[in-house]
Amino acid sequence: MTDTRYDRAPGDISISAEAERWTLTDVGIYTIGLALAVILTATSFWVANTSLLWAPGIPLGLAVLAIAQMGVHLVFFLHITTGPDNTNNVLALAFGILIVFLVVVGSLWIMSNLSDSMMPPAELMNLHMQH
Amino acid sequence: MNIAVAIDELAPEALPSASEAGPAPKRIVVAYGFWIFLLSDIVMFSALFAAYAVLVRATAGGPTGAQLFNQVSVAIETACLLASSYTCGLMSLAVNERRRAATYFFAVVTFMLGAAFLALEIREFADMIARGAPPQRSAFLSAFFTLVGCHGLHVTAGLIWLAVMMAQVAIKSFRPTVTRRLLCFALFWHALDIIWVWLFTVVYLMGVRP
Repeated sequence: MTDTRYDRAPGDISISAEAERWTLTDVGIYTIGLALAVILTATSFWVANTSLLWAPGIPLGLAVLAIAQMGVHLVFFLHITTGPDNTNNVLALAFGILIVFLVVVGSLWIMSNLSDSMMPPAELMNLHMQH
Repeated sequence: MNIAVAIDELAPEALPSASEAGPAPKRIVVAYGFWIFLLSDIVMFSALFAAYAVLVRATAGGPTGAQLFNQVSVAIETACLLASSYTCGLMSLAVNERRRAATYFFAVVTFMLGAAFLALEIREFADMIARGAPPQRSAFLSAFFTLVGCHGLHVTAGLIWLAVMMAQVAIKSFRPTVTRRLLCFALFWHALDIIWVWLFTVVYLMGVRP
């Protein structure tokens, strides 16, 4: 009866079959996470400062890199997996991401609409300031 | 042969599911509750991020992000926080194996890296205020100091928490209450690093673009 299945606590490192199949030590998991995070961070700083890339696409690229790094942190540092013992953790995370998305996108959408209808365009404002 | 395969596949399903197995161990309940807290904390940060994104152009004729931010210092802060997240993970492994010396060692390294991050951030804030960019200068700067300062306060709280936990390890050793708190601390510290990823991306990297 020792093998009753409980959910896994978030942050608990897996001592299950997956880890053995990868033949990874626990330290190795954290080290891979660190290496991936360093690569993604360095890429972010490079993308922000280079002139080789198409400038209007850079904010989108930075957002994609940040999402990727968030995934790396969740998987390798917080040990959130897709396993059945992690369903509760993943569902809570999904709900959190939904709320974050609603707050950020909703605020930006409403405020940009508001400033479009309330204020003269920025170029006009600048002209007023200059004269 | 097919039947054998079918039974092999069925075997895990035959175990009682989580809900049938009775109350989960306290470690799982505590960590799950703390996970919910962290997610609500992240929701609070999302409101600050939204405020910053809305107000980023509202500089009121004052200095803009491009004039104020120093990417080298931000890169060093990022490296400190990322390395401290890594050593915090190694500390969790040492705690799981009940290795006291390794726990202290990685806790000290984590603390030093976190403190270095905080010192750099305070120096950056002091520098900005000295250059005529205090929080009351413009809506952009109010949003900036609220967002980044709130993260800095979380890091400060994390450092105090880490020091308290090391005192508890010294006095109480690795009893279940202490290891549960250490698990929660590790979750907190990793979550702070996730928030910092968004901070340096949105504030320091996107913010300096024209």
